[in-house]
Amino acid sequence: MVTKLKEVDILIVGLGWTGGILAKELGETGLKVLALERGDLRTTASDFSLPNIRDELRYVHRQEMMQDAAKDTITARNTQSQEALPIRRLGSFLPGEGVGGSGMHWSGGTWRWTDMDFKIRSNYEDRYGKNFIPADMTIQDWGITYAELEPYYDKFERVAAVSGKAGNIQGKKQTGGNPFEAPRSADYPLPPLKHILSSKMFGEASQKMGYNPFPRPSANASQAYTNPDGSKFGACQYCGYCQRFGCEANAKGSPHMTVIPIAMKKPNFELRTHAWVTKILKDSSGKKVTGVLYTNLTTGEEFEQPAALVLMCAYAFNNVHLMLLSGIGEPYDPISGKGIIGKNYAYDTGVGGNLFFEGKNFNPFISAGGTNTVFDDFHGNWEFDRSKPNFVGGYIVSSGHNTALPIGYRPVPSGTPAWGKEWKAATAKYYQQAMSITTRSGVLPNRYNFLDLDTTYKNGFGQPLMRLTFDFKDNEHKMGQHGADIINQMIATMNPQKSSKASGARRNWAFTPYQSTHNTGGTIMGTSPANSAVNKYQQSWDCSNLFLIGANVFVHNSAYQPTGLVGAMAYWTADAIKNKYLKNPGIMS
Amino acid sequence: MSQNTQNRRTFLKSAAIGSAAMGVGVAGVTDIAQAQTPKNTPATATMNINPGYLFFNLDEQSFIEAVVDHMIPADDLSPSGTQLGVNIYIDRSLASGWGKGERLYLKGPWKKGLPYQGYQLPLTPAELYRVGISNSNMHCQKTYAKPFDKLPENSKQEFLIALQGGKITFPSDLPSRTFFAMLYQNVMEGMFADPIYGGNRNKAGWKLLGFPGVIAVHAQNVEKFLDKKYTSPVSSISDMS
Repeated sequence: MVTKLKEVDILIVGLGWTGGILAKELGETGLKVLALERGDLRTTASDFSLPNIRDELRYVHRQEMMQDAAKDTITARNTQSQEALPIRRLGSFLPGEGVGGSGMHWSGGTWRWTDMDFKIRSNYEDRYGKNFIPADMTIQDWGITYAELEPYYDKFERVAAVSGKAGNIQGKKQTGGNPFEAPRSADYPLPPLKHILSSKMFGEASQKMGYNPFPRPSANASQAYTNPDGSKFGACQYCGYCQRFGCEANAKGSPHMTVIPIAMKKPNFELRTHAWVTKILKDSSGKKVTGVLYTNLTTGEEFEQPAALVLMCAYAFNNVHLMLLSGIGEPYDPISGKGIIGKNYAYDTGVGGNLFFEGKNFNPFISAGGTNTVFDDFHGNWEFDRSKPNFVGGYIVSSGHNTALPIGYRPVPSGTPAWGKEWKAATAKYYQQAMSITTRSGVLPNRYNFLDLDTTYKNGFGQPLMRLTFDFKDNEHKMGQHGADIINQMIATMNPQKSSKASGARRNWAFTPYQSTHNTGGTIMGTSPANSAVNKYQQSWDCSNLFLIGANVFVHNSAYQPTGLVGAMAYWTADAIKNKYLKNPGIMS
Repeated sequence: MSQNTQNRRTFLKSAAIGSAAMGVGVAGVTDIAQAQTPKNTPATATMNINPGYLFFNLDEQSFIEAVVDHMIPADDLSPSGTQLGVNIYIDRSLASGWGKGERLYLKGPWKKGLPYQGYQLPLTPAELYRVGISNSNMHCQKTYAKPFDKLPENSKQEFLIALQGGKITFPSDLPSRTFFAMLYQNVMEGMFADPIYGGNRNKAGWKLLGFPGVIAVHAQNVEKFLDKKYTSPVSSISDMS
């Protein structure tokens, strides 16, 4: 028996960064806003307090803050000819669960994607010709511009307490920042984090080699800070427990200590936790959604929640999954190339090398989510000629420690035994003496990398799991080889006593180990219903009162981490809903 | 619908406490760090190194003790695996929710899968250990005429290397490499996880590395210890509770 509830004006599914931003912004309209979140509530004061938050086993290896694969996971395979099997324990990626979502356990990397990405196809065709882009690389222009998003990037950076050094303020280049960034209206709200030894050594070496290093921008408050909404941040303590943990100092920009408590103070806002949405409901015309079906996980009761406007703000995978389960839009078929939902799944990847310096004391456990130096000479630098390495996109190169928790971090030179006295001696010796250099490159979408519904495996509600078909393609291998060469040149320049060189060897994507929680695409943004699932306001072309908000709208993935763009687009969409949609509901142009 | 009014109230209250505490938050945690000198009580020094098992049967106890002492022999750098409590850590883990399959998708059908598809067995960690240990002992009995724990060190080494490389065919067809991967990961966890879980006794795993453990604040240490060996008492969750 499904109980039908009273209609609300605005329904938000998933309360992390995007849901939190939309809840806070739209809560200001006075309309009735309801958020459904399948997980629990956590607070800094109670859940992230010392000493219990400093527990590597619990938060990193037992995945306390992550989605529970026992209830719902995805199946995956490298190619369509293989059989997809369930990811039985989360590994390669770790989407968060609960109020605050993945915004609680991220490490804070916050970048501004530019028109280099938003006009990717035009840019490459103009400079390198139409044949340069591989036939099966399904990149296209996004239909949104940096100029449109700039105020919203600025807003997100201020709300999330991003520490960094500007490289370009209103067209004027700034020493020490990223010279390849697009003009920003103002500097970051906070100065960069302090340098640790590895980020310092890497910065000096990259400068010596003619690159342009700068501190990685990150939502780790370098000083105590009050954001424009009045949310208070403590200063980052360089505790070395950032990614996969909540922050006890409230120094990491997270929705549960910024936008969400502000929304929750509004009488017209309601949150229901343990509410698992199983379907988005359409009317008989199929052109409008009418609400959602959800299960109260504390009783098992099923409810229909009607709403005038539905905002899907779950993790990217879950937004796409719900579209497929609800039969909204045409599922993508890689053989015919027809259909949209599930198209252009992308990810990121990279290569790395380790350096061992006798006598150095890196103190790698004195570090933060953003204690890195990075250079953008092979990505944001459009002057970098891609014709010879023959790839689209690029990579950033970075170094610096972010954590050194000892179950997971015990670097030793290759050839060291895995146990015994020799292992122990090497483990003790190199813990303090190792650093690494890594690249990050966005995976470009490919016709054969996509999401659809699995035909065999089901979740706890008896619904088909989502199925991921994905592998790294030639473009990633070429970026990997190029990046490995650059890292190995840097290793030679830095001249450590021992090193493990970076390798660009071809490899397949695998379920483990952890790689990144930067899963993108599936309901991509574009200029028309023929080439996309949503318009530039993240509004569904199929149902105009449905918005699909998050990295699921990314047309491709970039070398930059996604959250800065996800946050900016959430603010941009909130403004569009407030100022355009609510005045004149329908497809916005 | 007031399904979660109580939650909402608690959340708002906590958010307010969190904000209010921020001004003094840093000083607060420093105080904790200074007040809590790690306890190195005589009780821990004389603690019974076998507090008793929750999960392993007698054969399994002998096997796991032999494995952890072989992998982590006592020397100047650290005590042995059993002295560190690594065997107890693994026992407790297998008796816990994790051991019983928490967060593990355990629905069929079951397929072998390709190597990149990771763990695909229908076994919880506890079940995997049960089969893995008995099969290991059967293999050792057949090959060396003794169970694993009775083997000389060089045969133990030979067996573990073969297990690591997936070179052993178990009577049950359980993939030996999968058993080894879990066993090895758990041995490392037992040596380096917080002592609250039963291993890393006296924080000896952390002391081996110079990892400071449950540190409250480090901001002042970034410059102070730039390229200098960081020295401070090593703290665990229990020390600071």
